[in-house]
Amino acid sequence: MTAPSADPSDGGSEGRPSVALVCTGVRPEEKMLLAAFRARGAVLEVVDDRGIHGDLSGWPVGLPRVDAVLLRAKSHWRNTVLARWLRTLGVTTVNPAMVLETCGDKVSTTLALLDAGVPTLSASVAFTGAGGLEAADALGYPLVVKPVIGSWGRLIGKVNDRDALETVLDHKDALGGAPHAVTYLQPYVELQGRDIRAFVIGGRCVAAIHRSSRHWKTNTHLGAEASAMEVDEALAGISEAAAAAVGGGAVAIDLFETDDGYVVNEVNGSMEFRNSVDTTGVDIPGLLAEYTLAVAATGGVEAT
Amino acid sequence: MSVATTTECPVCGGEVDAASDVIVGELLDCDECGSELEVTALSPNPVLIEAPMSAEDWGE
Repeated sequence: MTAPSADPSDGGSEGRPSVALVCTGVRPEEKMLLAAFRARGAVLEVVDDRGIHGDLSGWPVGLPRVDAVLLRAKSHWRNTVLARWLRTLGVTTVNPAMVLETCGDKVSTTLALLDAGVPTLSASVAFTGAGGLEAADALGYPLVVKPVIGSWGRLIGKVNDRDALETVLDHKDALGGAPHAVTYLQPYVELQGRDIRAFVIGGRCVAAIHRSSRHWKTNTHLGAEASAMEVDEALAGISEAAAAAVGGGAVAIDLFETDDGYVVNEVNGSMEFRNSVDTTGVDIPGLLAEYTLAVAATGGVEAT
Repeated sequence: MSVATTTECPVCGGEVDAASDVIVGELLDCDECGSELEVTALSPNPVLIEAPMSAEDWGE
């Protein structure tokens, strides 16, 4: 799977920076990005992550030598491993490893937001069933249990009472393994049927949508509907602060509207935007392509 | 999407539309059974296989 490239072996052509777009199959987002890079005359290679392998002391087999890599594999671990590997080779990635590591782990995200003083939903962790029940007693019910690593609303559970939590914790204990070693709990927030997804690219909040659903989960992956909303000063401010807290780059911020203002729920290090381009009228893939090309040209990601 | 051709869903046998600019690796949905499909070849018509199932660490 390749897109036009003048010469993938030389890391650029006629002074133009070269970029590899690493993905797991070409989703609508990658198709839009491909068109955006082409429209800008970029030297671009589209690379499927399933074909990449190699000795960590050298260049990844299956990846052309380029100035920058836009990491859009579906797998958090693959993106993170590639970002770490390429960092040691002096290659810039969007996003850099630190951003992917922080966004891909909900505990790390929460700690980064707290450290930066960004308003965020409170969160507790526990390492045993008994600890989980005690943490829940302090939080109150209903609450939400999430896997520390995960996305698209997968395995996120709303727990209405102590009996139900005992069942969830028993199942986690029985399943075992790394994904269930730590329980991450947050208070349940009544959303009035919607939350906010804000897109921050290169330190600037470029667009936002409301995500509306009859279900308490508002992931568009699960069928929530996107609608346009204005990016006011407060939304831009908290979104840009959240992005800076996790290391900058290009990220998507999930926020709740509360009586006390906006609070950050999660930060996503590999944004999906298929439902947000027509909705907002903002050329998100174009902005992401321009940001990636700028990063490729300068050899570094800003840490806003 | 400007439909250039239709091809067969390997899961249900239904018809799947492919755009004129479809590329190898592209992911398509079957409107009849909902399967996610991956394009593995383009000639003479797009060849589809069932895309890999989501893994635990997949997402945004």
